Amino acid sequence: MTEFLQSVVGGLGNGSIYVLLALGFVIIYKSMRIVSFAQPALMVAGTVLVSYLVGSVGFWLAVLIGILFAAALGVAIERTALRPMIGKPVFVIVIITLGIDIVVRVIVNGFIGQEVRQVGDPWGLSTVDIFGFPLQQRYLAMTIVTAVVVTALLAFYRYSRLGLAMRAASVDQEAAMAQGISIGVVFALSWAIAGGLATLAGTFAATGAGLDQGTWIIALKALPAIILGGLDSVNGAVIGGLTVGLVESFVGAYQDDLAPWLGDNFAAVSPYVVMLLVLLVRPYGLFGTPEVERV
Amino acid sequence: MTTTTPVTETSDAEVRQRSWPFGSRRRRPAGRPLLYTSYAQDMALLNTRPKRIAVGAILLLAVAMPFLVTDDLLALLALACAASIGAIGLNLVTGYAGQVSLGHAFFLGIGAYTAAVISGDPDGRTLGFGITSLPVWLLAAGLVAGLAGLVVSPLASRLRGLYLAVVTLGLVFLGEHIFREWSQVTGGVGVGRTGPVPELFGVQLNENGEIFTRDQKLYLTMLILLLIFALLARNIARSAVGRAFSAVRDRDIAAEVIGVSLTRTKMVAFAVSSFYAGCAGALLYTVTGYVEPGAFNLLLSVQYIAMILIGGVATISGSILGAFFITLLPRVTRELPSLLPFISSTSGAGGISVFQVEAVLYGLLIIGFLIFEPRGLFGIWIRARNYWKAWPFSY
Repeated sequence: MTEFLQSVVGGLGNGSIYVLLALGFVIIYKSMRIVSFAQPALMVAGTVLVSYLVGSVGFWLAVLIGILFAAALGVAIERTALRPMIGKPVFVIVIITLGIDIVVRVIVNGFIGQEVRQVGDPWGLSTVDIFGFPLQQRYLAMTIVTAVVVTALLAFYRYSRLGLAMRAASVDQEAAMAQGISIGVVFALSWAIAGGLATLAGTFAATGAGLDQGTWIIALKALPAIILGGLDSVNGAVIGGLTVGLVESFVGAYQDDLAPWLGDNFAAVSPYVVMLLVLLVRPYGLFGTPEVERV
Repeated sequence: MTTTTPVTETSDAEVRQRSWPFGSRRRRPAGRPLLYTSYAQDMALLNTRPKRIAVGAILLLAVAMPFLVTDDLLALLALACAASIGAIGLNLVTGYAGQVSLGHAFFLGIGAYTAAVISGDPDGRTLGFGITSLPVWLLAAGLVAGLAGLVVSPLASRLRGLYLAVVTLGLVFLGEHIFREWSQVTGGVGVGRTGPVPELFGVQLNENGEIFTRDQKLYLTMLILLLIFALLARNIARSAVGRAFSAVRDRDIAAEVIGVSLTRTKMVAFAVSSFYAGCAGALLYTVTGYVEPGAFNLLLSVQYIAMILIGGVATISGSILGAFFITLLPRVTRELPSLLPFISSTSGAGGISVFQVEAVLYGLLIIGFLIFEPRGLFGIWIRARNYWKAWPFSY
């Protein structure tokens, strides 16, 4: 029972990392119709700044500065490399984000260095007893913070003028422009939000194990999450992210007993297996909008 | 210039027979390089005299290479030839058929391990059958990888665009996991196994012989194989299959309406592309002589994407150009530390290392080419050619 509950809490905690990243992917997809492979770069760029600042300004302020920095970096990338490409084929823009990702990550790796950097979070690996079960504090904290952030984001989309503008632009760009919405601002804002969310996710991912040159791979695990949920569905991103986290956690906990032939660390690739299976049945994910095909 | 050449009375079959593969020389009017008098001339591989001369010269230079450059550079060129085969394969599925694949590393890996297992030492630490004949393991590597491509293709026929890109990305991670864990075949992480052992007509290609050294033999083998594979790909591209690829790429629904079977075309594209990748994987690790399971990662896929983007999308010669460019790039950047003192040649020390410069260059080159010259090196060549064709007029 303890193992089961720990898996659930760990799965939800890791799942919330994927939720934050997946939201970034979905927000960029909804505004620009591309999958941004630059998310891992934004994630490690913000997180490495957090790890440098945490000693002098404290954890929460460092996270805030890291989020703002990654948001600014996202806007800069969008403005310099992607704005000139508007109207070009989707594949071209996607590959450009892949190129940006490589460039930014190499520079960030220079700052990370060879050893593991700590983000100095207040939780560490300490546990808290709930109903007699020892559960890790950091997973609970991640889940709660993510829930708050997601709620705030949904409220922003629902109730603010800018959120409404972003939703309108994702439905029909030209109609939105005709209504006086600046598409440039929408693009920039979606990259800023994606960058900020990625940094928060990166900081969460670096609690406990720390940040090293291999941490970026976590950001790509949000891809199965968005494919599961459907590329253009915010709710799908939340559900997909949590599903991926839980699947990974359960496979990690029980695979050794049930299917040892799958090899060590199968948990790390299990999200991709789930993604392949779901896509065979539902080509646009669980909540994605099927494309209307016209000649 | 103004006189028209009378069309002689010959049957189509006769023309085709006489003209392959260079086009009918006798019937081309002099001084009118763009005037074709038969379909066979128009479709000929080398349809103009300058092309014939240039290709001949390049081939001559390529064959003379073993006697011109040192062995270590020759090994690099052999690698580039093998990589070209892989790049041509990726270009067939991504460039011609328009199906974005980030999973090329997976198929390269399958090919490399199939070949290594078939030609491996039967008494060795890892699985091996000891059949060292090059044609046997090369075909097997291609077929196994092609079969894997066929298995994946139902996904491709159900998915479009970005969904497909992400799914093929997932393949790379799954493949990496399998290669890491199946140590009976792959030797395990950090250990690896020896690459395929090449033997052709009783000649051991990976040992120094009496006449040729190891690198000379390998280079010549790779060159001949590249020629075969490139010619094959070019013929696929200009036949009905290739036209079906282009139709699916340009507008898949319209293609379906005019009678191109989407499922079938995508299956063929993935199978052929994976076949090429499998062969390329087997040949690459014949040259390096060593396979490490960690090598088949996302970066390898990105390198192949970079090859076709830098070389030229949907061109065979562009794929070869791009593969040579990317393979020879590290050799150039290794020279950087002696020129620019702030770049160090090892990764551990502070400052910028050559490996970082290399990775940044991949990224910057991809971005730069996509923004400034989307047709790649091939496009630069076309621009230069058109400039001189119309000279002294601007167009």
